[in-house]
Amino acid sequence: MALSFMEGNEALARGAIAAGCNFFAGYPITPATTIFNNMLKMLPPKGGICVQGEDEIASMGYCIGAAMAGKKALTATSGPGISLYSEQISFAIGSEIPLVIADVQRLGPSTGSATRGADSDIQFLRWGSTSGIPVIVLVPKDALDCYVLAVNAFNFAEEFRCPVFIASNKEIGMTRESFDLESVILPEIVNRELFSGDAYLPFESEPDKAPPFLPIGGKTLVRQTSSTHGPDGYITIDPQVIADNQDRLRKKIHSARNRITLHEEDIKKGSDTLIISYGITSRAVEDASAKLEKKGRPVSSLSLKTLWPVPEDLLINKAKSFKRIIVIEMNLGQYVNEIRRVLNDKKVEFYGQMNGVLITPETIMEVVENE
Amino acid sequence: MNSYLNKNRPLVYCPGCTHEKITKGLDIAFSKLNFDADKTVIVTDIGCSGLFDTFFNVHALHGVHGRALTYASGLKLADPELNVIVTMGDGGLGIGGAHVLAACRRNLDITLIILNNFNFGMTGGQYSSTTPTDAVVGSEFLNQAEIPLDICAIADSAGASYIDRCSGINSDLPDKIIAAVNHKGFSIIETLGMCTGRYTKKNKLTPKVIDQIIADLPERAGIVKKNQRPEYGERYRALSKQRTKFPEAVIIDKQIDLKNYQQQQVVILGSAGMRIVTAGDIVCYAGLCAGMNVSMKNDYNITVLRGQSVSEILISPDKIGYPGIESPTVVLALSDEGVQRRKKIFSSLQKETFVLKEKSVAIPNTCANVVEIDFKELKIKKQDWALASLGVIAKHKKAINIDMLTYALKSRFNETVHKMAMETINKIFNHD
Ligand code: SF4
Repeated sequence: MALSFMEGNEALARGAIAAGCNFFAGYPITPATTIFNNMLKMLPPKGGICVQGEDEIASMGYCIGAAMAGKKALTATSGPGISLYSEQISFAIGSEIPLVIADVQRLGPSTGSATRGADSDIQFLRWGSTSGIPVIVLVPKDALDCYVLAVNAFNFAEEFRCPVFIASNKEIGMTRESFDLESVILPEIVNRELFSGDAYLPFESEPDKAPPFLPIGGKTLVRQTSSTHGPDGYITIDPQVIADNQDRLRKKIHSARNRITLHEEDIKKGSDTLIISYGITSRAVEDASAKLEKKGRPVSSLSLKTLWPVPEDLLINKAKSFKRIIVIEMNLGQYVNEIRRVLNDKKVEFYGQMNGVLITPETIMEVVENE
Repeated sequence: MNSYLNKNRPLVYCPGCTHEKITKGLDIAFSKLNFDADKTVIVTDIGCSGLFDTFFNVHALHGVHGRALTYASGLKLADPELNVIVTMGDGGLGIGGAHVLAACRRNLDITLIILNNFNFGMTGGQYSSTTPTDAVVGSEFLNQAEIPLDICAIADSAGASYIDRCSGINSDLPDKIIAAVNHKGFSIIETLGMCTGRYTKKNKLTPKVIDQIIADLPERAGIVKKNQRPEYGERYRALSKQRTKFPEAVIIDKQIDLKNYQQQQVVILGSAGMRIVTAGDIVCYAGLCAGMNVSMKNDYNITVLRGQSVSEILISPDKIGYPGIESPTVVLALSDEGVQRRKKIFSSLQKETFVLKEKSVAIPNTCANVVEIDFKELKIKKQDWALASLGVIAKHKKAINIDMLTYALKSRFNETVHKMAMETINKIFNHD
């Protein structure tokens, strides 16, 4: 057997390349910089384009322009960069521009700690844009996930014509680790559906789908706009047209939520407790659960890889048979309220930590044993 | 002449607004240039100048205020065949100043038409970055405390290769636009005009006054000689093309069979400049050569040449979950800074933990098995201490052995570096 050895950021870049990414624009920021470094090494030999914007806002703008010319675009940043991306993210959401945004999270608020990990941006990614239209947020727990989820992210971006976030973490992005790269089976590549009829209206679509795409610069003229638009891409004030479009933007993601739901589970016989976690924390949960089993106290675990849209059906199904639900997060409780909302008939316990260090398996064991 | 204006979208500017003249001027320019509509895109942002894209039968991208140049750059990089025209008011100019500077400096083949009418028309005639100090605008007295900027002078110093300024009203506008568009590289053309809806209600600004303003400013002749250079896209593609080697992933074959290998947790405590991360890498490679799973977390300051450098490595026959170090099996104490950073671990080390301490380094009390070594006496340079310490643990068969280390060094380094590294390792092995 041969193992590969790389940090999560490199794995994410390799996943993006495997997904067919051919454009990257970014701005250096710890702990996301090495995604940029890797793309700069990987894209030119593949005929792709990799540039540094004058700032984060510009980098996202380049990606938007390139995506509208038909490219599969990636950008990477951390919390402070997401703040700057925000106005462009809103544009990409509302105007259905496919792209992938890697957020290698660090400890916030604000500039916070450049080299300390935390799952700081879980609500920010969901709500850090105007209008409240749903977004897709995937969350890796290790380098292997970074590699695979990058492909999922591009596939979702292409299918739903929306920005898709990969909520990584400094502790994944900058941790080097081994995994069996050669035997990974990646999801099949999805590319955006191209319009094939005549009389193209850039935003005309089925009521729960993204519209078919045509690139700016192609034979058919395309209109793209950040303003409230009708199917023709011109500004509209018609309440019905506006309502239909808002509804479709919500529905195209909401109606596919179960397909977008990715997770891992470890259901142990005889356990009455389910630990729900995501990201790097899931790895400490795995270790804690192995140790607890040895001590004769088996617990089950659910590791979420899709945080938005909230995997409601999965949560309900998996939690059904458990008496005790514990949510562990590397923040002070950003996602637990989503879980409480969905599992409203259950008592959901919570442990969170936001001090720049990983939550240890010992701490999780204590939480479980402290009934 | 063939018009590019969309007959279904009549112009909607206030009567007398210079934007109307410029829209028509741009249409004449397009016609004379005989542009393919499907290879032309108008990129706009917010404000009355942001209506431009709606009037033409070409591709259109209308985006967020001040950011038009960012979309334009993405489009042009992705599709070099596109004719990219950006319109922007003095509002977008103020908000997106950084993008204007970057576009000038970069020299991508895009044409920026600035529609300067000295105020924010759409939001109520507030002052902008080009409003004269003595103008009467919708911002009470605020403009009286500032001075307007001259974007042409700024563009000149920012490296724009083509700069022109003209009245938006004069009939030479289409030819000026054509000349700017025909320039290969970033071209910027500032048009001065009247916002009849707001600005000219309280300020005397006539076509004549505009001509006078232009005459009073330094002349702009289009081509800026000192800023001539290759167009960015062409330069970028030429440079990028030379990068032909795709960096394949590091993959390490299992070469050694280890019996009963227990999980190892190695902590290397050093300082910047001691090649701690490289040493950590080598420990990982050593584990990989033996078919083990590995993970490595590094902790160093953002100031790369100063401060601690700590590497924490797990080597395990099983899949690694939590990647932190809970109970180290090997600690390499190579600098005081590094030790200080993790001083808490020493009190909780197990008896079996192997601690290697360089003679000059002080460590807190511990019940672990401490071995001291004097690298200075061995004439090993500080930057090689981390590497040399790997020789020591291999010699003591702690976490790695000499076979693992030898394979690791061979896979990690090229021949020359490998040879030098082996010399250091041999020094350790030949010393008793
Ligand atoms: S407000 Fe001013 S800039 Fe806008 S259309 Fe009217 S005159 Fe023109």
